[in-house]
Amino acid sequence: MSVITLTLNGEMISGLTGQTLLEVIREHGVELPTLCHLEGISERGGCRLCMVEVNGRMTAACVTKANEGMHVNTHTEKLQNYRRMILELLFAERNHVCAVCVMNGHCELQSVAAAQGMDSVRYDYLSPELPMDASHKRFVLDHNRCILCTRCLRVCDEVEGAHTWELKGRGIHSMVITDLNGPWGESPSCTSCGKCVQVCPTGALYDQGSTVAEMEKKHDFLPWILGGRGKKEWNW
Amino acid sequence: MNRSELFNMAQVEQERQAKLRFRILSCASTPCLSAGSQDVFNALQTAVTEHGLNAEVDVVASGCNGLCSHGPVVRIQTGDAPDDIYEFVTPEIARQIVARYADENGADVSEHLIPADAPFFAKQQRIVLGNSGRIDQEDIEGYIARGGYTALAHVLREMAPEQVCDAINQSGLRGRGGAGYPTGLKWQLVRKAPSNKKYVVVNCDEGDPGAYMDRTILESDPHRLLEGMAIAGYAVGADQGYIFVRGGYPGAEKRLNQLERVIRMAEKHGLLGGRVMDSNFSFRIDIRLGAGAFVCGEETALMLSIMGKRAQPVPRPPYPAQRGLWGAPTLLNNVETFANIVPIILNGADWYANIGTEKSKGTKVFALAGKVVNGGLIEVPMGMTLREIIYDIGGGIRDGHEFKAAQTGGPSGGCIPAQHLDSPVDYESMKALGSIMGSGGLIVLDDTSCMVDVARFFMEFCVDESCGKCVPCRVGTMQMLRQLEKICNGSATMQDLEILEELCEMVRETSLCGLGQSAPNPVLSTLRHFRDEYEAHILERRCPAGVCKMDQVPVMELAEELPRRMRSASGQKEVA
Repeated sequence: MSVITLTLNGEMISGLTGQTLLEVIREHGVELPTLCHLEGISERGGCRLCMVEVNGRMTAACVTKANEGMHVNTHTEKLQNYRRMILELLFAERNHVCAVCVMNGHCELQSVAAAQGMDSVRYDYLSPELPMDASHKRFVLDHNRCILCTRCLRVCDEVEGAHTWELKGRGIHSMVITDLNGPWGESPSCTSCGKCVQVCPTGALYDQGSTVAEMEKKHDFLPWILGGRGKKEWNW
Repeated sequence: MNRSELFNMAQVEQERQAKLRFRILSCASTPCLSAGSQDVFNALQTAVTEHGLNAEVDVVASGCNGLCSHGPVVRIQTGDAPDDIYEFVTPEIARQIVARYADENGADVSEHLIPADAPFFAKQQRIVLGNSGRIDQEDIEGYIARGGYTALAHVLREMAPEQVCDAINQSGLRGRGGAGYPTGLKWQLVRKAPSNKKYVVVNCDEGDPGAYMDRTILESDPHRLLEGMAIAGYAVGADQGYIFVRGGYPGAEKRLNQLERVIRMAEKHGLLGGRVMDSNFSFRIDIRLGAGAFVCGEETALMLSIMGKRAQPVPRPPYPAQRGLWGAPTLLNNVETFANIVPIILNGADWYANIGTEKSKGTKVFALAGKVVNGGLIEVPMGMTLREIIYDIGGGIRDGHEFKAAQTGGPSGGCIPAQHLDSPVDYESMKALGSIMGSGGLIVLDDTSCMVDVARFFMEFCVDESCGKCVPCRVGTMQMLRQLEKICNGSATMQDLEILEELCEMVRETSLCGLGQSAPNPVLSTLRHFRDEYEAHILERRCPAGVCKMDQVPVMELAEELPRRMRSASGQKEVA
């Protein structure tokens, strides 16, 4: 692996070939908001919050490889404005009512919005009528809080290996489903491991019995599992 | 089949056709079928039998002749004379046509004969559509008789793969799917990509409203596409091709069975499959059916669909030429691009490079639709002006109305107003006007169309067809549609217009794939050329074309509006 140099917000920095722009930028202490990105699972490039300007062109940092001589700007006025707009779009899309949400105070969407200074939504609330699925004995799925980041889908497929989660529909009507769109509690492929719940950034997936602001999530298990796998520490 | 057998077959078929008194080609493409061409075809066959001419006359179900708005269309080939083309043929007229050609004293059908110098045909230059309407869709002998598969034979025998790529490069051919990437360059990239396994894929996931170019080429001249694909496979080193066809059309299943038969027929003759034309080159072609999602036309989504996964675009790079189907380098071109390959090989790259403009070579097929007199499938040299296309070929605007705008490129394109009618049609000029060349949809709008309503229609399409992966496209298009609906129903303020414009810029710059990036184009281009209409809707609460109902008021004015409405509902007169 060779070292490359690039310019980040006017400063010369170094990185390694093969790293993504997001990795290089975060290594150098610049905070970029992300929602669909999660270390340990594959990149999706769907939330578009980590958009940066590379040589004047916009690109998502999580799916762009760092290259020699790139001029990267992360916090221009336009980018910050776009980030706020994307967050407003997300809040307007489904029923994100923080005050009554199990994740209030621990939610990634909420904290990203606060950090980006998004204090109001200028667009129409679409207020869709969406169901909940509480058929699972340990967990609940609430479509009203889902932002379709598909972390659940990817962690289930790539780490747990069950591929219980999938997407149905398209565009604004997309929804996460379990197996062939049956109730979660009756899913034969679900191992009830709870990884999807722990990686979900919002209150779309939570433990049965939680009430407002009670749900907290931890995904530090991912580096442990993946690290152990890499070192072949388990032989089963 | 080897080269000499191919020439032999061509000669036998040519001689057979030369002995006929005349050939009747009845159009069996979708527009004519919907106008009743199946009955016409049956009537033609019966009439020929009645006249006892079965041995001397061919009655053939052919591909598209182009003049789709005047269907059903019937073409008569007589010896070396130019073909006679008849429009608006009914079963009764079909019988009269047969009688006329069987016997000089038959009924006079000249009323339905299109004059040989009609500008609709005279102004066109049919290269891609050269065989369309002139051959039986399924019959391989007919295609071979018109020089079919000689380009493949020539390439396999006389040219090295890099020479083929160079020839395509020299011709100046650019991708006909809309973006206009140089085809030869793409071929060279795939050829140079190091891999034992490579693929050739045809994008026939045509989804623009009103466009049916690719589908017609596939139906009317399928062997041309197969031959172009095989040449591409030889040039880039691929041994497997896929034709990705959009499913979900009415009648699509029948067409696919027909395409399947055509492919197997070519394999049976040794023109595809293992050891093509007794050479050491092998090339298999299979059909893959999409589920009818517009996003499958995006190349990365298309490849995921072929691999059996959910069709959602993935960020590029890597480009398909580097990592495509199952990780192998993949050449992905549009149907029309592949249909251009055979004429380039047969006539030479220089011949092709002489047609068109400096940067856009060759011809382009358009599906001319909307308020024109002659709607249909046309092929014109690049650089022809919109005015020539609409007024000469299209015959002008229907019912004496005024031309207002031409919408090109479907939901990714834009509207070109009357003051730019004389600008040439090529990739660069269209882009400079805020539209795109696109895959060839060309919808003509007259003064009865409201441009805001047109933008709303296309945005509705984008909302329906967004795949849902990235936020700007999934939710942004929906919010843009909301603003446009407000403008159309009269409840918008100038602030809504500002929000709309801001959203357009954001969605254009931050969306993941070309679909989202171009989704705001219909709004941006109508705002650019018809801003006064948007302002009339908002400031004067008036739709200049009289299309929008405008029965709502902005929220802030409800306090004044509601009492007024109650009064008028109860029959009271408004007090001044």
